[in-house]
Amino acid sequence: MNSKVMFFVFAGIILIFSVMTVVSRRILRSAVYLLFVLLATAGLYFMLNFNFLAAVQLTVYAGGIVVLIIFSILLTSHISERAPMAGARRSLFSALAVIIGAILTLTTIFRFTFVPSSEPAIGSDIKTIGTKLISYGEGGYALPFEVISVLLLAAMIGAIIVARKETK
Amino acid sequence: MTQGIPLYYFLTISTLMFFIGIYGFLTRKNLITMLMSVELILNSVNINFVAFNKYLYPDKLQGHFFSLIVIAIAAAEAAVAIAIIINIYRNFRSIDVEKVDEMKF
Repeated sequence: MNSKVMFFVFAGIILIFSVMTVVSRRILRSAVYLLFVLLATAGLYFMLNFNFLAAVQLTVYAGGIVVLIIFSILLTSHISERAPMAGARRSLFSALAVIIGAILTLTTIFRFTFVPSSEPAIGSDIKTIGTKLISYGEGGYALPFEVISVLLLAAMIGAIIVARKETK
Repeated sequence: MTQGIPLYYFLTISTLMFFIGIYGFLTRKNLITMLMSVELILNSVNINFVAFNKYLYPDKLQGHFFSLIVIAIAAAEAAVAIAIIINIYRNFRSIDVEKVDEMKF
């Protein structure tokens, strides 16, 4: 009962603030609403007992990406500026497409019966995750780990090169 | 912690969040708000991965690692996108997608 209440609180926060992120006319405010959505998602991960993933969500998403977005908002627009919204026609057709898509997806999901597994749960503590992340045997993730490190390095160098002021 | 909460609840939340993100991506004109909508979409996909892992395959950790990799890719994408947005702002004095049409035919 208690966890159900908690789930509905997190779900309500996620839904309300994601709608407000999308429709708010002040960009800085919608960045802060996005922060609330990400925090509530971390709460859901904590409920599912994925503690490490929730910590990563808090540090990388809420701590890193939102701060990056807020900095770029401050660099590129005035604080009192109000974003222009799309025309009525465009909003109407977007809303129509989105509602139809959501109904289609939800009916498909609810018509499908998921079979819960009865296998004993593997512990998702940091030791297991770290061992799996660098093992190359069965269920190991060494290759994606290396690929993601190279990708992050490339993204970092690319971002520096692109955003650098050209001096000649 | 998840007694009495079926998998469908998580899937409903993530589906609604995904489509809200798509709505934002279609209606916004500011590049940064479009980026925020993309973050919403990626986040909803993460919720799906984690819920499937927890309910259907509790003996494996695939969903966990996929979510970690998606978060890393979202961070890389945000960094590069913001570098490009700042460069566009330097050249056009605006980050409105309708005003940035130099390379259009």
